[in-house]
Amino acid sequence: MVKKLLLTLAIFVIASLALVACGGSEFVCEDALGCVTYEKGDPIRIASALVISGPNTDLGTDSQYGVEIAIDFQQEIMGHPIELQAEDDGCSAEGGQTAGQKIVADPSIVAVVGTSCSGAGVPMSKVISEAGYTMISPSNTAPSLTDPALHEAGYLRTAHNDKVQGKAMADYAYNVLGVRSAAAIHDGDPYTEGLARVFADSFEALGGTIVEFTAVNKGDTDMLPVLNAVAAAGPPEFIYYPVFTAEGGFLTKQAKEVPALQNTILAAADGMISDAAIEAVGDAGEGMYFSGPDLSFSGDTYEKFIAKYEEKYGKKPISVFHAHAFDAANMIFACIEKVGVDDNGALHIGRQALRDCLFATKDFQGITGNLTCDQYGDCADPKISVSQLQNGAYVRLWP
Amino acid sequence: MRRRFQNVNFIDIVLWAMGLGILFLFIWGTIKGLQNPKYGPSDYANFVVLGIAQGSMYALIAIGYTLVYGVLFMINFAHGEFFMVGAMTSTVFIAIPLNETGFFDRQPLISLLLIMIVAMSTSMSIAVLTERIAYKPLRKAPRLVPLITAIGASFFWQYFFRGLFGSQVISFPEFAALKGSLSLFGLEILKSRLLVIIVTIVMLIGLQLFIMRTKTGKAIRAVAEDKDVAALMGIDVDRTITITFATGAAMAGVAAVLYTVVFRQVHYFMGFFPGLKAFTAAVLGGIGSIPGAAIGGLLLGIFESVGPSLFLEGLHIPAAHQLKDVIAFTMLVLVLIFRPQGIVGERLSEKKA
Amino acid sequence: MTKTTSQMLKEVIKLGLIAGLISLSLSVIGMVELFSKRELIAGIISLGQVFLFAPPIALGFMAAQKVAKEKKNLPLIFGAITGFFAAIPLIILIILESNFDLRQFLPNVSPALVDILTFSLDPIIGSLVLLVVTTVLGLAAAGMYLLPKHIQKPLANGIIYTLVIGLFSENLSERLRSFFGVGFVKILFDGKALNVVTAIILFILIVVLTVWWTRQGESVKARFTPKSAQEQKRNRRITLGAGVVFLLFLPLLLGTYLSEVTNNVLIYVLMGFGLNIVVGFAGLLDLGYVAFFAFGAYTMAILTSTSDLGVAGISFWLALPICVLVAVTAGVILGVPVLRMRGDYLAIVTLGFGEIIRILALSDLLKPYIGGAQGILQINKPIIFGIDLIKPDQFYYVVLTGVLIAAFVSWRLSESRLGRQWMALREDEDVAEAMGINLVATKLLAFGIGAGFSGLSGAIFASKLTSIFPHSFNLLVSINVLCLIIVGGMGSLPGVVVGALILVGLPELLREFAEYRMLMYGALLIVMMLSKPEGFWPSPVRKRELLAFKEQNDPTVVQEEG
Repeated sequence: MVKKLLLTLAIFVIASLALVACGGSEFVCEDALGCVTYEKGDPIRIASALVISGPNTDLGTDSQYGVEIAIDFQQEIMGHPIELQAEDDGCSAEGGQTAGQKIVADPSIVAVVGTSCSGAGVPMSKVISEAGYTMISPSNTAPSLTDPALHEAGYLRTAHNDKVQGKAMADYAYNVLGVRSAAAIHDGDPYTEGLARVFADSFEALGGTIVEFTAVNKGDTDMLPVLNAVAAAGPPEFIYYPVFTAEGGFLTKQAKEVPALQNTILAAADGMISDAAIEAVGDAGEGMYFSGPDLSFSGDTYEKFIAKYEEKYGKKPISVFHAHAFDAANMIFACIEKVGVDDNGALHIGRQALRDCLFATKDFQGITGNLTCDQYGDCADPKISVSQLQNGAYVRLWP
Repeated sequence: MRRRFQNVNFIDIVLWAMGLGILFLFIWGTIKGLQNPKYGPSDYANFVVLGIAQGSMYALIAIGYTLVYGVLFMINFAHGEFFMVGAMTSTVFIAIPLNETGFFDRQPLISLLLIMIVAMSTSMSIAVLTERIAYKPLRKAPRLVPLITAIGASFFWQYFFRGLFGSQVISFPEFAALKGSLSLFGLEILKSRLLVIIVTIVMLIGLQLFIMRTKTGKAIRAVAEDKDVAALMGIDVDRTITITFATGAAMAGVAAVLYTVVFRQVHYFMGFFPGLKAFTAAVLGGIGSIPGAAIGGLLLGIFESVGPSLFLEGLHIPAAHQLKDVIAFTMLVLVLIFRPQGIVGERLSEKKA
Repeated sequence: MTKTTSQMLKEVIKLGLIAGLISLSLSVIGMVELFSKRELIAGIISLGQVFLFAPPIALGFMAAQKVAKEKKNLPLIFGAITGFFAAIPLIILIILESNFDLRQFLPNVSPALVDILTFSLDPIIGSLVLLVVTTVLGLAAAGMYLLPKHIQKPLANGIIYTLVIGLFSENLSERLRSFFGVGFVKILFDGKALNVVTAIILFILIVVLTVWWTRQGESVKARFTPKSAQEQKRNRRITLGAGVVFLLFLPLLLGTYLSEVTNNVLIYVLMGFGLNIVVGFAGLLDLGYVAFFAFGAYTMAILTSTSDLGVAGISFWLALPICVLVAVTAGVILGVPVLRMRGDYLAIVTLGFGEIIRILALSDLLKPYIGGAQGILQINKPIIFGIDLIKPDQFYYVVLTGVLIAAFVSWRLSESRLGRQWMALREDEDVAEAMGINLVATKLLAFGIGAGFSGLSGAIFASKLTSIFPHSFNLLVSINVLCLIIVGGMGSLPGVVVGALILVGLPELLREFAEYRMLMYGALLIVMMLSKPEGFWPSPVRKRELLAFKEQNDPTVVQEEG
């Protein structure tokens, strides 16, 4: 009985192998990194590697929603539906590396949207690039990732380099708001630490004084001691804390409870541009400034996007990088359309061609602005806008 | 024998040297800190008040650890989650709807009471459920086994409630009555912090009366002393253990309400760090003792709040507030070097420890 | 008589409601909806459906089991009742959701979920259908219970294993594709799911195998049971040889991704061996074990990195012994303050040490030396015979070597004089001291050696990632290592490996559970400890002790375990 079954199975296997051998197509791939081929009707597969577990989940889940909506809007490319393979970068180096290895083990994946966290992006960009794949991160901001000496060949991002954003905020504070003393607070996350540091350095370079450069920990709730310390140091005219919603909410609400900080201007970064953040800061956030991509997105794509988001997930966006992820996915789709070769319904995509196309992206109309990629993979619109929270909504003030 | 004696002596000396070294750093930092013109006496007084408020919450949570440890000698690692479930459930189901209907502003006291009832009962039911499923069958197992199920329960509840209410930060409405501060003894004290301190004192006294005066309290103490003898005396040990868990969780529920009122936002991960701190506080004060939990919690809160500005900035350490947990844990080590049983803990018999 | 029936009825209704509440919980937290798109067998059954319907089936089975003891003729009816009541909580949810907007409280109670629960029908009709479906499932489960054992077991195995293979089909198909090509995979699988035909073949195969094993298993086992000491020795040698060959060629079988997973598992195994010495042998509960892992990793990073933070720029092999030495020293130094502390005091203080080390690594204070939040980049990978060990299937051999060395050292230590001293220490510190054991030296050696393994593991970890960040050294690592040695069986070396496979390997393979991974992990920990408090592969000594303990204390515990 068993033998018979095994025999049947073996025949089955051999027959199927023969089938594969016969069914070869005539297309010859000349791409330096090889091609991905989708048979007629097969879905185009892209992967995401975002943080979807652990305390930073909001960040990744939100970006993943962005990619899913991009897929919903796009629906198909050259007759092929699009499928998302969602991986978790764990917001850690080891998580990023494992996710990367999993993705490159699957030859049917053509490109990656990820990672959420810069820490995960460093090892993953290595794995992805070495395997000939290409990734676009919606929310890595660490300068090292696109540093000419460290950049990996297959790495791009639609998020702003901390260098750009920190400097823009310093510029705005010094030149437009006219403040001369400031404090910066980070929370030990590479993103916030990098941004706060760039802000502080730029602000000092402009001639301002940083009265206090300090940090809290993720998970802290009582911010009054640190805010009192900041107040005692100055009090500064301006506090910049480019942290995420949870800690940012605590900092904002509690800053209003420190008498000496009543006239201090509060400012945060794109980690806190979301409806969840507006709700978290509440009335205390009224008049607060935010640096980040231009969120008064002109055009109705973003409105359509938000409507879809609410319909699909039952809530308003929980973080800001959904927009960057949406743009990243659309950049990939646009390039697939450009470099994909149709072969009687089958689709061939050269990996090098796709990568070249992505790096050559110019004036791409995304919802985060006009995206143009440089040779080191920085694609974000170089214009950082500063907006203010007025009556519970972000209003763009600058530029 | 002599060899051993020498060894012990040597280790004692090393321990004392370590302890004194840390102490010296503390004192040196304090002296330097006090010379720092940045902070005046009112700043320090302010730090202390904030520390007491934060410490009160630690104390309330720490009671859960201490009570359970008293009767079962187990670290209930999931206790921080009991705090979280109370906070989240009462916020989502009571506070936010009440705020939307406007009832919250009209009747703040009734609202607060409602929130408190829901938070306490949720915390208690989750605690009892956890005890029943994850701890009770393991009464006789080796001691590390319930620790692992407790860790498992902690993860489980965190992610269960994440699935339930979502991963985002949820805001808790602000009580208009608690805005601003009061002038007391020449100090400006935030009303919300004052509420925390008063409620905690009331709860602690109530709990002490409950444990010392009521029959159930007596039963808890008896079970803590010796389960077998307690059973012989006609005490339902299982029921008493369940009550112990429920009592601890009720205190965590109160802490949860205070937390939400003061900090005004909840999140599924919010129980983890306060839980850890409260556990530290319980050990610091002497695990198994209720006054110990209170003292440990307060000390921890005060040191965390005052420490960074006082000793660390005195030592010219950058971003001092980042290191407040280092202060907390260093203090724990320091105290345990000199008093291995905690500040007010009685010397446990060797077998218990 | 009627009273017992009504009592039983009450109990069965309770079981049904529990089943319903479990299904309800899984629905409300979003698992049913999310995994309804993840098919196990294409077009037949999705993972979401398994979550939804497994509780009524399992508890229907239990109900039948409970009733059958007393009354032979009722199980079927009671199974159906269980199923019936399992639908009640779900129907309440459907009614509530269609009348109120529950979504503002519970974001996962979406129209899509209701759609799944009502089979895309009108709420009322859908509810009725749901009721019928769960009732039938409860009935079927009870029927399953009534089947004779020799039919029941193969059937159950067939269903369960087919579904499990469906669950792992993603990795399976990836492997098969690399060996046999895309075409072959397309025949067997439909996307991520098993094909219906494949599923049927698998099911039959498993049923047949189970039947064969229950009939012939004994004789097969007997054939391989050694009869003489010589044969036993020979068998052991064969097993060992086969094991070595297997380990050497494993990466070829696994491919890059699974090799990566294996490497992660092995890194934890290495740490597990170390903590096993501290906790398992010497009985010192250490919750801050990650500190030494961090010491190893940071030492490796500083010594070999080519970035500005690297000081020496030496090779991996040269740095490795230094890393271990640093970790051992750290272990001894951090061991001194806790020499006098016992049990849970020790636990919280070591936990504190772990946190202190992590926060210091993160802090601005040490940023100029170890990079603070931005970590250390550009760490060297090991090079051997001019080959850069970049890919996971190459790097595997580095980790494997470390693990084998650690295993050998652990094994020799456990049999040594020192090992016995540790065990004496674990049993009773005072008696051990009275017997003339030098507590200080014994404890510090345990801390030191344990830390050394962890440091080795950390050094390999740093070089594997080529970049390290303080966030990799959080409390969860310590907790994970502790859990894996206890789940595996405290004090047992094979137990560490089994524990790591279950608690590190399995979650890696089930990455698609994403946000629910930790929930499953938590549930898994509880279930495993409840069913096997002594661990999966306890050391013989420990097993004996536990058994004796149980018999002495509480006969019911043994029964429950049985």
